[in-house]
Amino acid sequence: MASEGAGNEGVAAGSVDVRNEVGALPDISRREAGGWLVPVAAALAIAALPLVLSPYGQDVVVRIAIYAIFALSLELLVGATGLVSLGHAAFLGIGAYVTVLASGDSGASLALLVPLAMGVAAAYAIVVGALSLRTRGVYFIMVTLAFAQMAYFVFHDTKVGGGSDGIFLYAKPVLAIGATTLLDLGQRVPFYYTVLTTLVATYAFIALLLGSRFGHALAGIRVNEQRMRAAGFSTTPYKLAAFTVAGALAGLAGLLLAVKDGAVNPELLSWHESGAVLLMLIFGGIGSLRGAVLGAIAFTLLKELFQSEALLGPLAGHWQLTLGLTIIAFVAALPRGLIGLGERVRGLMSGRAAHPAAGGSP
Amino acid sequence: MDTATFLVQCLNAVQYGLLLFLVASGLTLIFGIMGVINLAHGSFYMLGAYLAFALAPWFGDWFVTRLVVGVALAALFGYVLEWVFFSFLYERDHLQQVLLTYALILVFEELRSLAFGNDVHGVPAPEWLTGGFHLGGLMEYPWYRVFASAACLVVALALYAVVNRTRLGMMIRAGASNRDMVRGLGVDIRRLYRIVFAGGVALAALAGMVAAPLSSVYPGMGSSVLIICFVVVVIGGIGSITGALIASLLVGFVDTFGKVFFAEWSGVGVYVLMAIVLVWRPEGLMKRGF
Amino acid sequence: MRLLQIASSASVAALLAGSAFAQGASGPIKVGLMLPYSGTYAGLGNAIENGFKLYVQEQGGKLGGREIQYFKVDDESEPSKGTDNVNKLIKRDNVDVLVGTVHSGVALAMANAAKANNTLLVIPNAGADAITGPLCAANIVRSSFSNWQPGYAMGVVAGQKGVKRAMTITWAYAAGAESTKGFTEGLEKGGGKVVKDLTLPFPNVEFQALLTEIAAQKPDAVYAFFAGGGAVKFVKDYAAAGLNKTIPLYGPGFLTDGTLEAQGASAQSMLTTLHYADNLDTPKNNAFRKAYAITYKAQPDVYAVQGYDAAQILANGLKAVGGDLSKRDALTAAMRKTPVDSPRGKFTLSAAGNPVQDIYLRQVVGNNNELRAIAVKALADPARGCKL
Repeated sequence: MASEGAGNEGVAAGSVDVRNEVGALPDISRREAGGWLVPVAAALAIAALPLVLSPYGQDVVVRIAIYAIFALSLELLVGATGLVSLGHAAFLGIGAYVTVLASGDSGASLALLVPLAMGVAAAYAIVVGALSLRTRGVYFIMVTLAFAQMAYFVFHDTKVGGGSDGIFLYAKPVLAIGATTLLDLGQRVPFYYTVLTTLVATYAFIALLLGSRFGHALAGIRVNEQRMRAAGFSTTPYKLAAFTVAGALAGLAGLLLAVKDGAVNPELLSWHESGAVLLMLIFGGIGSLRGAVLGAIAFTLLKELFQSEALLGPLAGHWQLTLGLTIIAFVAALPRGLIGLGERVRGLMSGRAAHPAAGGSP
Repeated sequence: MDTATFLVQCLNAVQYGLLLFLVASGLTLIFGIMGVINLAHGSFYMLGAYLAFALAPWFGDWFVTRLVVGVALAALFGYVLEWVFFSFLYERDHLQQVLLTYALILVFEELRSLAFGNDVHGVPAPEWLTGGFHLGGLMEYPWYRVFASAACLVVALALYAVVNRTRLGMMIRAGASNRDMVRGLGVDIRRLYRIVFAGGVALAALAGMVAAPLSSVYPGMGSSVLIICFVVVVIGGIGSITGALIASLLVGFVDTFGKVFFAEWSGVGVYVLMAIVLVWRPEGLMKRGF
Repeated sequence: MRLLQIASSASVAALLAGSAFAQGASGPIKVGLMLPYSGTYAGLGNAIENGFKLYVQEQGGKLGGREIQYFKVDDESEPSKGTDNVNKLIKRDNVDVLVGTVHSGVALAMANAAKANNTLLVIPNAGADAITGPLCAANIVRSSFSNWQPGYAMGVVAGQKGVKRAMTITWAYAAGAESTKGFTEGLEKGGGKVVKDLTLPFPNVEFQALLTEIAAQKPDAVYAFFAGGGAVKFVKDYAAAGLNKTIPLYGPGFLTDGTLEAQGASAQSMLTTLHYADNLDTPKNNAFRKAYAITYKAQPDVYAVQGYDAAQILANGLKAVGGDLSKRDALTAAMRKTPVDSPRGKFTLSAAGNPVQDIYLRQVVGNNNELRAIAVKALADPARGCKL
């Protein structure tokens, strides 16, 4: 059945079987094992990590957390709405560049940078979304990629950014009221906890959003858009809204990334970055917020592992090969990701036959 | 800009566009017939370029022979690749296809690195194509570029002939409109797919071989071509070869004249073109058909 | 799933719990080499490392009385990975000295990180003006050149040859822009001007449209900045378009260093400026070339010289403090103030940390860049924006 749809996709590009974008998905807002306890426990564990990790280790954790925010923003598009975007990195990059450009030589206040970064990213998302949503299926994937590439070229070729070398952030943002500094992101500890708080807030926000009427509308669109439209529902504004919110959140992740690295580079908008975040989602398991975070952790660690000369010796230089083969094996064998694996294990352990959680089938 | 320069820039644009067409036609064929989105298509272009580099010392000036051998090798590679890897992709959803073919790019890049290293290599044009013809005191237009355009044109015509005038082409067109019917009529659809895929790979590889002396061979050369090809396919319409030709030429002109008039914004120009087409005709210039 | 998450965090912690801290006055000196070992600049990275190690070998394997322990990171000439890569050396490997790199964009990331962490940095190639400009610092020194220097010298030479209208062409990145700016300044001093600057994105090598534009504008000369594979392609394409017969092509030495064999006939008789020439007939250069050829079975180029001098500058500092890295101020002062006896000729370092050196005019003959004259003597980079 799925192959039928996949074949027709190219023949009559107007046919809409959104399930063929991401396959059968579990209902993203259903209760997962442990409910709220598990994410809260995880957050506390991460908060306690600076006690045991070296500064380099904390750097890695912060990096993973920022990518988790990025992955969560895409989960809203892919997992919740069923829209596969191969150009999501554009919004990450735009948020990052806006942060650096607006900071100038003397730095800027967070109160300005956060709405600015998210706002500009959201603005580009509305434009790209409006144009891309005129297409379906594979066209949509290609068009989102192309628009990300356009943004890439703006920063890579023109004088808007610093060209292919990128630009540096010389003064990290602070949050101040009058003369008192409340939060200085240039310090390692405040920055660590700011990123952690943002991750928790993003997670909570998306979870709440998906449980709302808006989220249920998105679920309906993901499962069977034609049926929604037949029922008189205008689906495009919802899709566009999801696209824009996802873009804004990615912009926020971009701001944090710019502050962490102290530099931005056009490669942030490259399709390798867009591909990486999609991989994070599929590693973790599409259709699950925990999966998004898990996938970010798994992908980053995997990449570090494969590039580590200490552990792999000369093979580390050929990390693209090991990573590529791993991805193929993983996607082929575990299309439901780590979360899916967990469910199967849980199913086996509790004596039930393994079954894909099939909430939302027509 | 005087007439002579304008003419030369037009020649440049057409030459670039035709090369792009070769790669894009393979992509749109594979996509149109099999419904598989293949991010690794740029890697086939790179394969061709590196084949040109590798075969150069063996064939010396027998350039056309080298091309034929390279294309045959690439077609064989494509046939096997479809059998071993891509045939499993048809049942999968688009996201999985995207990720699996993306992983394939990583694997190909690394294999390339192991086989040829990471340096930039030049590939010399054959002796009988060096030099150029004088364009009225302006400059010399290299013969090799003329050859490249001519080769692409010949292949385009051959493609048209095969698709529209042969039995194979008939089966291809039928399989594109209604796969099950074709299967029901007793055609071995799997073999058909394998042939189409091998053909797509061969086209991309040929483009790479022809382009190698013009652009040198370097790591990552497949990625830049791939995305432009996506734009071409979106503008031209998926599955349409004529659309791919028109779109490729459009892109060639926008890119070449953009470089001259808009310098730093030239890279963006192609995407602006795509955006305009999307507003006007979301399914591409030529909706369906060949 | 939580188990997996916690387990992976634990293994991360184990992996990254930090290696031994940098030594102050005893034990080996940790030198972090961040160079391109892959990609278009790979040959340059290897040459620099060879030159560096040759000097250390000539000192008996020790600098300032201490052994050298090398750490290597391949920067792939990717500015986007620059910050991450240099942090591996600074924070994971805890190196005492950073040496790198070729690409200016990556070097900027290194300079920023070195400033933030107060790590010693010796730059054996990247000529970004900003590094000895607004980014200058006591702990950062360069053994090579600033992008402005060879460009300016070539501009002066072009002016002397009577060039009135020139065009420049290069990749759109910092090094290209700074080099052409230097050329423009030098040319304007001689009464000429640059009528158009052409650029294309790095590392694109499709020059056809731009060569056509050059042919249409008919300037008196063209100044091009490319290096590595791009340099080979450009010079060949320029000749293929027949332009080398009518419009002289000038460039900094990078256009023809290490590339002559590939360029062959298309590069013959080209004039370039650089702070080095292969056939400099001085005792120091002859000894250096001989030692390099014996050790590495290859001919050295300007990049090897820069690597060699990087080690020399570091050694000068270490000698002054007896190998004690904790005496940082004395160390960096000695690195700046000691004249360097280089195969390129003796040179000194400016307050901003850049070599003040002779720039030579060379001409391509066969597979060599032969010395013709000294284009500008003791040229110092203006170090605009440096507060040292």
